[in-house]
Amino acid sequence: MTAETLSPSQTDDLRRIAGLMVPASEEFKVPGADDPKIFADIEKSIGRDMADIRKAMAALAGISKLDDAAAMARAETFRSAGGPLVAAVERCVLQCYYRDDRVVISLGLEARPPFPKGHVLEQGDWSLLDPVRKRAKMWRDA
Amino acid sequence: MAANEMVDVLIIGSGASGAAVAWSLAETKMRIVCMEQGDWMKPSEYPSTGRDWEARRMADFDIFPNRRGRETDYPINDSESAMKIANFNGVGGGTVFYTAHWPRMNPSDFRVKSLDGVAEDWPIDYWTLEKFFEENDRMMGVSGLEGDPGVPPRHPPMPPLPLGKTGTVYAKTMNKLGWHWWPSDSTIATQDYEGRAKCINLGHCTPGCAQGAKASTDITYWPLAIRAGVELRTRCRVREIVTNEHGMASGVIYYDANGQENFQPAEVVIVACNGVGTPRLLLNSASSRHPNGLANSSGLVGRNLMLHPWPQVRGYADERNDGAHAPMLSMWSKQFYETDPSRDFVRGYTMQFARGTGVVNEAIQSMSVGALPWGADHHKVYRDLVYRRLQVGIACDDLPEECNRVTLDPVLKDSNGIPAAKIDYRLGENTKRMMEHGIARATEILEAAGAKNIYTSRTLLNSPGHTLGTCRMGNDPETSVVNAWGRSHDVKNLFIVDGSVWVTGGGMNPTSTIQAIALYIADQMKQRLATLFD
Repeated sequence: MTAETLSPSQTDDLRRIAGLMVPASEEFKVPGADDPKIFADIEKSIGRDMADIRKAMAALAGISKLDDAAAMARAETFRSAGGPLVAAVERCVLQCYYRDDRVVISLGLEARPPFPKGHVLEQGDWSLLDPVRKRAKMWRDA
Repeated sequence: MAANEMVDVLIIGSGASGAAVAWSLAETKMRIVCMEQGDWMKPSEYPSTGRDWEARRMADFDIFPNRRGRETDYPINDSESAMKIANFNGVGGGTVFYTAHWPRMNPSDFRVKSLDGVAEDWPIDYWTLEKFFEENDRMMGVSGLEGDPGVPPRHPPMPPLPLGKTGTVYAKTMNKLGWHWWPSDSTIATQDYEGRAKCINLGHCTPGCAQGAKASTDITYWPLAIRAGVELRTRCRVREIVTNEHGMASGVIYYDANGQENFQPAEVVIVACNGVGTPRLLLNSASSRHPNGLANSSGLVGRNLMLHPWPQVRGYADERNDGAHAPMLSMWSKQFYETDPSRDFVRGYTMQFARGTGVVNEAIQSMSVGALPWGADHHKVYRDLVYRRLQVGIACDDLPEECNRVTLDPVLKDSNGIPAAKIDYRLGENTKRMMEHGIARATEILEAAGAKNIYTSRTLLNSPGHTLGTCRMGNDPETSVVNAWGRSHDVKNLFIVDGSVWVTGGGMNPTSTIQAIALYIADQMKQRLATLFD
């Protein structure tokens, strides 16, 4: 473990939490957040949240060794307490999960950065403004 | 300590106001230098160029400097504030990070004492500023539509941003309710404009626009000011303004990129660091001549901080909308802006209508309020949220209170050892009532639009980065820090041109008005050059 990385046991615990938070789904054909590629992204992207993630993993130490029911119960206890440690764990998992190509495509979106292609925005119907145009002046002069 | 050559005008800060003043004063041909503690931005490195664009908004492009933590940022102790402080330090300042929403203050905002019996009137009025609003709209490049009955006439040089799917939902809903709405004025270019490419809908515009369609002063005012002879020095962090035996500012002590301490002499010093940075600098400039801080004989430097409480109410429609595929804001409503005696508060608020948000942000925010579960149901619930968000922001007028203030933190310092700012800020009773009124109206709108799962976020993380009022302008030196044209009452070659000179807050995004005031002050300086220090 260095200042920038987790210990092996902390890594195992975070992987377990990620999988409990966002499990794989056959129905939606998406991997879980413990998918190797996604979790590798999570691990390397902790950045500013490292201190909080370490504290969170201290609170969840050993969860990777529990059976599913016990692990979920412990995760729920952790989550229901709320606070900055829960927020950090959720942020670290979700910011990587929802940029994975497989996940983004499953949502009907293109797996690409916004620039340079951008997006098309429909103009809309400006006649909707007609009743507003007929209103009297609303602002007070002074 | 190294000393530089004397300059005529030294501007501290290159953001909204500093850039406008630099450009305006350039025609005098004086030697003008601007010091900026941050760097030039590189649009090719903005978040929207990469797949991690949403994550970077929570890292090196976070709006909160304490989390962003760039070398060029300074820490702020906001633990005693109901709202967090948002800002950006770099060429362009907060305009790099703003949403580009472009309302002006209304005429009544300058006369709150006369009209509504609260706070103080400004020493200037809307109509004095009108030509500077117009000049600034041309310089920044505004997209909008004339004819709005909710605001005084203005003449945006470009057509408005499209309504899009989300805007259409709001428009139909507001018509059903019989409430005012109008497409927002915005400094996002809808046509190629003065060297800027038109908007291609990269998505939310806050963390810098890679396309260059959003007007930040690094790509609007600064290229013109530099071409006209103004020198802009980056990575120069000013520690204090120094005064001489005549009671005049003689220059500043600053740290360069290498941490070297330098002295920059100047005939005129202009502070443009906004509502936290400016009082911090003046308080850090305390000396034996000015033991309570520079320009602070009134005791008001740092007081009357206004932050614009900004509740957000969101819900989820059945149909997908524009989500993150368009500029964040689409329209405003002035239905509840002016004082109505039948309400239990005075003044009012602008409602702002957001198009949606990105997939990461949706997941994080929804999970944080318990709307998105962990476990097996996660995916099904999420698919009913993503790209279905409708969100109304309530931009509340913020009235000044002396207890809301910026002071110097006794412990916290920046990387150069300069004492950091400490914020004490609470919500006033009038503001709280206004917020609840706005939340109730926004909820009505969302329900009328058919939205479900409605959530309200009041203040904690809704800080818009509007820092106002901490060096207010006025005619009386006992109740104000600068006069009606931005000159310090105490130090006659010291000017303040940023949002700290505001007397009251209004209920809207402030950048348009900040820049109009800066251009007005620069114009006053040019008209008075021969008698500037009298």
